[in-house]
Amino acid sequence: MAERYVLAVDQGTTSTRSLVFDRGGRMVAVRQREHRQHFPRPGWVEHDPMEIWANTQRTAAQVLGDVGGGGDVVALGIANQRETTVVWDRATGRPVTRALVWQDTRTADLVTRLAARPDAGLVAERSGMAIAGYFSGPRLRWILDHVPRARERAERGELLFGTMETWLIWNLTGGPDGGVHVTDVTNASRTLLMDVRSCRWDPDLLAFFDVPAAMLPEIRPSVGVLGVATALSPALPIAGALGDQQAALFGQVCFAPGEAKCTYGTGSFLLQNTGTELVRTRSGSISTVAYQLAGEPVHYALEGSIAVAGALVQWLRDGLGLIGSAAEVETLARTVADNGGCYVVPAFSGLLAPHWRGEARGLVAGLTSYVTKGHLARAVLEATGWQTRDVVGAMAADSGLSLPALRVDGGMTTNNLLMQFVADALDTPVVRPMVGETVSLGAAYAAGLAVGVWSDIEALRRNWHRAAQWTPNPARATALTAEYPKWERAVQLSIAWGAP
Amino acid sequence: MPGSVQSIERAAAILHVVAGAHGTLGVTGIAAAVGLAKTTTHSLLRTLLLVGFVEQDRSTGHYSLGAGLLRLGTGHLDANELRARSSNWADALAARSGHAVRLATLVGDQVVVVHHVFRPDDSAQVLEVGTIVPAATTALGAVLRAFAAGSPAGLADVRARGWAAEHGERQPGFGAIAAPVRGASGLVVAALGLGGPLSGVFDGRGQPRGPLLGMLTDAALGVSRELGHG
Repeated sequence: MAERYVLAVDQGTTSTRSLVFDRGGRMVAVRQREHRQHFPRPGWVEHDPMEIWANTQRTAAQVLGDVGGGGDVVALGIANQRETTVVWDRATGRPVTRALVWQDTRTADLVTRLAARPDAGLVAERSGMAIAGYFSGPRLRWILDHVPRARERAERGELLFGTMETWLIWNLTGGPDGGVHVTDVTNASRTLLMDVRSCRWDPDLLAFFDVPAAMLPEIRPSVGVLGVATALSPALPIAGALGDQQAALFGQVCFAPGEAKCTYGTGSFLLQNTGTELVRTRSGSISTVAYQLAGEPVHYALEGSIAVAGALVQWLRDGLGLIGSAAEVETLARTVADNGGCYVVPAFSGLLAPHWRGEARGLVAGLTSYVTKGHLARAVLEATGWQTRDVVGAMAADSGLSLPALRVDGGMTTNNLLMQFVADALDTPVVRPMVGETVSLGAAYAAGLAVGVWSDIEALRRNWHRAAQWTPNPARATALTAEYPKWERAVQLSIAWGAP
Repeated sequence: MPGSVQSIERAAAILHVVAGAHGTLGVTGIAAAVGLAKTTTHSLLRTLLLVGFVEQDRSTGHYSLGAGLLRLGTGHLDANELRARSSNWADALAARSGHAVRLATLVGDQVVVVHHVFRPDDSAQVLEVGTIVPAATTALGAVLRAFAAGSPAGLADVRARGWAAEHGERQPGFGAIAAPVRGASGLVVAALGLGGPLSGVFDGRGQPRGPLLGMLTDAALGVSRELGHG
């Protein structure tokens, strides 16, 4: 039998990548193209949806060429930057404005106004998430309020809304000429417009945000055929779509309750599968949809977002000039045996999970004349480890699930000192998979599962192989548990410092 | 004794001036300080800029010493940088070959493992990053010694064919092959190796099995390119 391949499109914040995977889950080809970041005003971040669509077509065509024309490529899966919002004209396929990116903070005032309404409790109750500008619903509302005639045209059914996967699927399946207007349930769950239990658009939430139902895509499972990507190939089914962090959870084969992954990039995103029951959170993690296989119940996850992880190492490099490259932070940190009593809280623009304190500001605590740049480097790495412990602690309190092991991916996993620190701080093994491209692998898995490249999720589990494991050192774990309150105090100080 | 090369003498004089001026001089000032025509000075500075020995401030046009010059003295590539840059290639090599992968570098006379990817069979394995392996009995050690300054004559064959093998010398039943990784300067900065059960790595005649050697040398070349070689 000829090898069967799956194409994954990873539509990320800085670039669009097309990758081809074989049945063993190994990457056989990759193409990438960056797109422009537009910053029209402070706090505003925009992408050109037409540029992203062009990059998708181009990289996908290239990568299909790399594997011999694409005849053996049997499905396409999409993973996308989450919460980035596009509104376009159904007849022409032209966006009415550039996409509002997930990092864009222009909806802050709108969200403050909405949150002050007496019926604002409805949002958390139905959508499962506290009202915040982080999600796509408020961005859609901003477009309806600010783009001339957008609301009346949307009400007449002339405009369509979507996150990036919706935009790409619509274009891939024909655009103005019969394009399929759908979203996957993980992306829909992050609009604040969906009932997180029934996984349908909620009429009360639509009324609350004043969004016309006519412009919304149909909500579909993450794993299942969505349409045919005629723009690429006459018979290539689009068979999977997930938000990028959920795709990483899927690519790390975290299918059982308790299994969790953390992606260590500029920021960090930790997701833990909680099974088919929605967990009500009280401790600062958020409940989100993990994935859904067609015809099966939705699986949920707890999510903890850390705003600054690798970005703190970049600050050490670019802001302070203490290191020449990100990897050198480990060399500098290893010039000393411990943090010398020094703690860095990287609350550059507030703290996300589990504190959710936008006013917090960064600080370096515990400075004495003993502290050197080596100690500072160690404290910088430890900050990511301590923040991971904060998030895992909140999740354990919310879900009651134990964490058998933390599966990690992302650039910072090549930092051995950090990975060992995380293992010790959590007193849990930390494991890295052989395929680091977990986001695109998750999209490929979703699509391949839908068309039978893999028979079931057990087949996917068999593809996961451990590339490295960091085992907690019991003595270090005990010592770090004793030290943890110092970190917590430093966090409280950073919140107090930023208080008005 | 042959005469000195004029352009190198002039470049050295320019570097002395740039170093002393701490980023306060442009091409006119430097030309005046070394007593050369502005056009000559400019073309020498352009070459120094290309090789990374000087840098130019975009707004002022002033020159300062470049990162390439500063790195010259430290001699070796940062081990953690090496791991970060080699990670994708090492993972792919382990996944495709089915064997454990190690990247090692010389620290003094010692062969230190700077990156280790497990054999992809999910068996219990211990991360060996930071451990020292014997220089004399390992393929990693043979490659690093063969390409080091003043390498032993006994390793001429390793140098000539571009890879080394280990047939149970370090540990009975364990076999490995290793190939050199080169940095931007062209010097060998590390050795990349794969290893496992002797019969998995070598055939009956003691040759590396099937495509293993090609996979290894391709990956070593890939890491070298990542480091700026070739």
